[in-house]
Amino acid sequence: MELSTSILLTIALAPLAGCLLAGFLGRQIGRAGAHSATILGLVISCALSFYVLYQIAFAGAPAYNHDLYTWFEIGRLHASVGFMVDRLTAMMMVVVTFVSLLVHVYTIGYMADDPGYQRFFSYISLFTFSMLMLVMANNFLQLFFGWEAVGLVSYLLIGFWFKRPTAIFANLKAFLVNRVGDFGFLLGIAAVLYFLGTLDYATAFAAAPTLAGKTLAITQGTHWDAATVICILLFIGAMGKSAQVPLHVWLPDSMEGPTPISALIHAATMVTAGIFMVARMSPIFELSQGALSFVMVIGATGALFTGLIGIVQNDIKRVVAYSTLSQLGYMTVALGVSAYAGAVFHLMTHAFFKALLFLGAGSVIIAMHHEQDMRYMGGLRKYMPVTWITMWIGSLALVAVPFTSGFYSKDAIIEAVGESHRWGSGYAYFCVMAGAFVTALYTFRQMYLTFHGKERFTVVEHHGHGHHDHDDHGHHKPGELAHAPHESPWVVTLPLVLLAIPSLLVGFFTVGSMLFGGWFGTAIHVDEANNVLGEMGAHFEGAVGMALHGFWSVPFGLVLLAFAIQTYIYLFNPALAGRIKSALKPLWTVLDRKYWVDDVYFALFARGGVKLGRLFWKAGDAAVVDGVLVNGSARLVDRVAAGVRRLQSGYLYHYAFAMIVGLILLLGGYWLIGQ
Amino acid sequence: MFNHLLSLLIWLPIVGAVPVLLAGSSRPNAARWLALLFMVLTFAASLFLLPRYDAAAGGLQLVESHVWIASLGVHYGLAVDGISVALILLTTFVGILVVVGAWEVIQNRPHQYMAAMLVLEGLMIGVFCATDALLFYVFFEAMLIPMFILIGVWGGPRRVYATLKFFIYTFFGSVFMLIGLLYLYHKAGTFDLHALAALPLSLKEQSWLFFAFLIAFAIKVPMVPVHTWLPDAHVEAPTGGSVVLAAVMLKVGAYGFLRFTLPIVPDAAAHYVWLIVVLSLVAVVYIGYVALVQEDMKKLVAYSSVAHMGFVTLGIFVGYLLVRDAGNVDAAKLGMQGAMVQMISHGFVSGAMFSCIGVMYDRLHTRLIKDYGGVINVMPWFGFFYVLFAMANCGLPGTSGFVGEFMVILASFSANPWIALFAAFTLIIGAAYTLWMVKRVLWGEVGNAHVAEMKDINGRETFVLAAFAALVLLIGIWPEPLVHLMDSSVAQLVQQLGTHKI
Repeated sequence: MELSTSILLTIALAPLAGCLLAGFLGRQIGRAGAHSATILGLVISCALSFYVLYQIAFAGAPAYNHDLYTWFEIGRLHASVGFMVDRLTAMMMVVVTFVSLLVHVYTIGYMADDPGYQRFFSYISLFTFSMLMLVMANNFLQLFFGWEAVGLVSYLLIGFWFKRPTAIFANLKAFLVNRVGDFGFLLGIAAVLYFLGTLDYATAFAAAPTLAGKTLAITQGTHWDAATVICILLFIGAMGKSAQVPLHVWLPDSMEGPTPISALIHAATMVTAGIFMVARMSPIFELSQGALSFVMVIGATGALFTGLIGIVQNDIKRVVAYSTLSQLGYMTVALGVSAYAGAVFHLMTHAFFKALLFLGAGSVIIAMHHEQDMRYMGGLRKYMPVTWITMWIGSLALVAVPFTSGFYSKDAIIEAVGESHRWGSGYAYFCVMAGAFVTALYTFRQMYLTFHGKERFTVVEHHGHGHHDHDDHGHHKPGELAHAPHESPWVVTLPLVLLAIPSLLVGFFTVGSMLFGGWFGTAIHVDEANNVLGEMGAHFEGAVGMALHGFWSVPFGLVLLAFAIQTYIYLFNPALAGRIKSALKPLWTVLDRKYWVDDVYFALFARGGVKLGRLFWKAGDAAVVDGVLVNGSARLVDRVAAGVRRLQSGYLYHYAFAMIVGLILLLGGYWLIGQ
Repeated sequence: MFNHLLSLLIWLPIVGAVPVLLAGSSRPNAARWLALLFMVLTFAASLFLLPRYDAAAGGLQLVESHVWIASLGVHYGLAVDGISVALILLTTFVGILVVVGAWEVIQNRPHQYMAAMLVLEGLMIGVFCATDALLFYVFFEAMLIPMFILIGVWGGPRRVYATLKFFIYTFFGSVFMLIGLLYLYHKAGTFDLHALAALPLSLKEQSWLFFAFLIAFAIKVPMVPVHTWLPDAHVEAPTGGSVVLAAVMLKVGAYGFLRFTLPIVPDAAAHYVWLIVVLSLVAVVYIGYVALVQEDMKKLVAYSSVAHMGFVTLGIFVGYLLVRDAGNVDAAKLGMQGAMVQMISHGFVSGAMFSCIGVMYDRLHTRLIKDYGGVINVMPWFGFFYVLFAMANCGLPGTSGFVGEFMVILASFSANPWIALFAAFTLIIGAAYTLWMVKRVLWGEVGNAHVAEMKDINGRETFVLAAFAALVLLIGIWPEPLVHLMDSSVAQLVQQLGTHKI
C-alpha cells in the first residue's frame, strides 16, 4: 500500500505549525505553551516518521514520489514542490525527528532561564521543518530550498544570543561560508538542468547515463566532462553545508550558539545534509571517477587534519566540534570510495552518539554554571553520574570500540577505503587510519579532563545571595563556582539516556542489512566495478563476527595505544601534558592557530573585500563616473557658458566688429566653395 | 467602464489629485484620507484587470485607441499584456502603502505630497499601457516632474543637488530616445509601436537606434556606468519617494527595453548583446562590492537595487544568445520570465527595505549604519520584518527574491557557464553586504542612548511591512500564478528575440 500524502504532509508541517505558534504567539501562550506546542508537533512528526519507516522497510510499501503543487511552469520546464520517500529518506526522517524531539525536551532544561525561551523553540521547530523539506524533496529546487532554509535557521541560532559580539560574528561567517558552497551548488543545479533538462530527481537520474561523453566548453579549446563538472559543483555545496576542507571554518565558530542546537544542527542533522545529498545523487556521482577521487581526497584531509586540532582545544564544546569535522570527513571519504551506504550508515550512528556527546557537554556546562573551559573541570564523575556514564558510552562509540554503533560504521569505512583502488585512495587510507588514533587521543583527553582526575575548580559560597541563577558566571573568576556542581534535571538526562541506547546498539542490529544487505535498494546506486561494500559483504560473517574480528584490527590497536597514552598522562602524570606541549611548541602553535586558515581567509576575503569595495567606490563611482563624466560635464557646460557670456559684453562696437568678421568669414567661405 | 478600464486607471489618481490638493494645508487629514481613498479605488480598479485580461490568450488586450494629434497621426493608444498587468498591479499596490507609510511622517504640506504621489502613480500606469511611442514618451517624461518635486521639496539636506542630478541625468537620456523616435516617425509615418515593430531597418539604422534607446533606458534602470544618480536620489528622497523610485520607476527602464529595443531593433540588440550582458554582470559583481562599503543604509540598498536590476537586464538579453546561438527557446523563456519576476519581486523587496529604513529614520533621523546597533533589543517586531526582507534581498529560497535570480542563473548557464558563474556571485556578495548591515544595525548590544529610546513599530507601520511581507512570501512560495499571468507575453517577447529584420 502506498504512503498517503496527508501523512507525509503532516510530518513536514507539524513542526512548522509549532514554530508559528511559539514564534508569533509566544507571549500569549507563555513558556509552557511554547514548549508544549512545539514538542507536540515533534511528537506527531516523529511518530509518523517511524510509521513511514515501518511501512517502507517492513510492510512493503513502495517508494513514494509525487508532486504537491507546481512551483512554476515555463515551456517544458516543470518546477514543483513534492516528496520522494524511499528507504534513504525514511531513515533520514526518523533520525531528524527523533534527535530533534530529544533536543526539544532537553531544551526545557537547558534554556530554562533564558529570556528568549519561546523564540528558541520556534527556531528549532522551524529547523526541523526545513530539514524535513530538504530530505523529503523529490527535486533539486526543493532541495535547494531546504538547503538554504536550514542555513537561515543555523544563522539565526548561532546568533541566538545576539548581544554577544562573538556570536554575531560567527553567524555572519557561517552564512557567508555556506553561501560560497551554495554558489557552487546552484551552478551544479544549473548544470543538471542544462545537461539533463529537468529538475526532477527521478527523471534526472534516469537520464544520467546520457551524460557519458558529453562535455562542457570552458574555453574554446577546453572541454570538461559533463558528469565531473556537475558532481564537483554539487559537491562544493556539500563542502559548505557539511563543513569540508577548505570551507570548514564556520563550524567551530558555530559553537557560539546554545548547546542544544550544536547537537541538533551542527552535529546530528544539518551538517550531514551534504552527505545525504551526495548519496541521493549517487546515480550521477557514479559516472565520474574524477569527481569521486576529489570527494575522497577532500574528505580524507578533513578527517585527519581537523581531528588534530581537536587535541589542543580546551573548550569542551570545541573538542566535540572538531570531532564532528573529522567524522564528517570520514563520511565524505566513504562517499568518495562509492561506499554511499557506509557514509549514510555512519551518518546515522554519528547522529546518535555525537548528539549524545554534545548534549552531555551541555549538561556539564549547566553544572559548571556555563563554564566551558576543561582546565577548570575535573573529577565531575561523582557529581553527575548519568552524564558521566552516558558520555563514556558516546565516547566509546566515537572511538569505535567493537560492538558499539560507531565501530560498525567507522570500521567499515576504513576497510572500504583500504579496498578501493581509486586514485588517491592510498592517501585517504593513511588519513582515516591515522584519524582513528587522533580521534581516540582527543576523546580520552576530553573525558579525563572533564570527569576524572583532580577537581580544578573551587566552590565559593555566597551569603545573602539566595536565588539560583545560571548566568552568574560573569561575576566569578574562572574556576570559581557559586554552588557545587550537580546532576542536571531529568529533562536533560532523559535525552542522554535515550541517545545512549542507539549509540550502543543500533549498529549491531542494522549493520547486516544497511551496510551489506542492500537495504537502501534503488535509493542508492553503485556501479558494479566500484562496489567495495559488495566485496566486503562477501566475507561478512554477522555483527558478532565483525566485532570480534575488530578487536584484532589495526584501528583498534591504535585506539588502545591512545588510551594508554592519555590514561598515563591525565590520570597518573598530569604535569607531562604541559611538558609535551612545550616540547612540541611549534606543532602546538600550528594546531592552536588552526593552520592559520581563518586568519588568511579573514585578511583575504573580509578585509580584502572591503578594500576592494572602497577602491571601486572611490575610484570608480566617485572619481571616474561622477567626478569626470557627470559633474565634469556639468563643469564643462559651466565653463563654456562662462566663456560665451564674456562675448555678450554689451558694447556696440564689439558686436559690430563681430558682425564684420562674421561677414568676411562667410563671404570668404562662399568664395572658397565657389573655387 | 470596462471599455475604458486603462484610461480609468491612468486618470483616476491624476484627477483625484485635484481634491487632495484643494483640501489644502489647513485640512491635512482630509487630504490624507482622500489620497488613501483614491489609491484604494485605483488599486480596486486595477484588480479588475485580472478577470478582464485573458492570460492564456496573451497578446495586447483591453485596447483603447483615439486620434490625439491628427496631423501627426499620433494616437492616444492604450493596451496591456501580462507583463503590463503585473507591473500595474505592483504600482497600485505600492501606491497604497506609500500613502499609509507617509501618513504622520509628512507634516510639511501633506496635501501636496499626496497629490504628487497620485499624479506620479497615474503617469507610471500610463507608461505601462501606452502603445503609441509618443504617448509613451510623454508619460515617460512627465513622470519626472512629480518625482522632481517629491525629492526637491520633501528631500534631505542635499536635495537640490540630488534632484537636479536625477532630472538632468534622466532627461539627458530621454532626449536620445526622442531623436530615435523622430527618425522612426520619419521612416514609418507613425508612432504606433506595433507598426514600428514591423518596420524593416538596416543593421546600421538599428545600431544607431539601439544606442539611442540604450542611453535612455540604461539610465532609467539604471545600468552601470550611468547609475550614479540613483544613490544620491535615494539618499535625499523622502521614504515614499524612495519606495516608488525603487519599486516602480526603475522598472520603467527595463520595460522600455521590452517595448522598444526588442521589437524594433532586434538585430542590433543581438549584435551588441555582449555589451549588455557584461554591463549586467558588472552591475552584479562590481556594484556588490561598492554596496559592501556603504556607510549610509539608503545608499547601500540603492546600490543593491542596481545589482538586482542587473539580473533583469541579464535575463532579458541573455535570451539573444539562447535563441540565436543555442536555439534553446525554453531557456530563453526561463531567463525572460526570471527577469520579469525579478522586476516584480524587486518592487516588493526594495520597497520594503526602504520602508524599513524609513521606520528607523523617523525615530532617529539618521541613516548612517554607525548610528545604530542592537535595534532588535528595543524593536523585536521590526527586527522580524527587517531580517525577512534582508533575506529576501539575499535571494533566500521561499522569498520572492530567490525566484527571479534562480531562473536567470539557470537560463544563463545554458547560454554560457561563465555568465552564470559571475551572476551567481550575487549569492555571496549579496549576502555579505546585506547581512553585514543587519549585523551592525540590528544585532549586538544597544548601540547608544538614542537607540535605547526607539519604540517598536506601531499599527500603521506594521500594516505596511506586513503587506510587503505577505507578497514577498507568496511569490517566494508559489510563483506560478505570477508566472502564468506573464507566460504568453513572455513567449511573445522570446519570439521577437529570434525575429530578423534584415
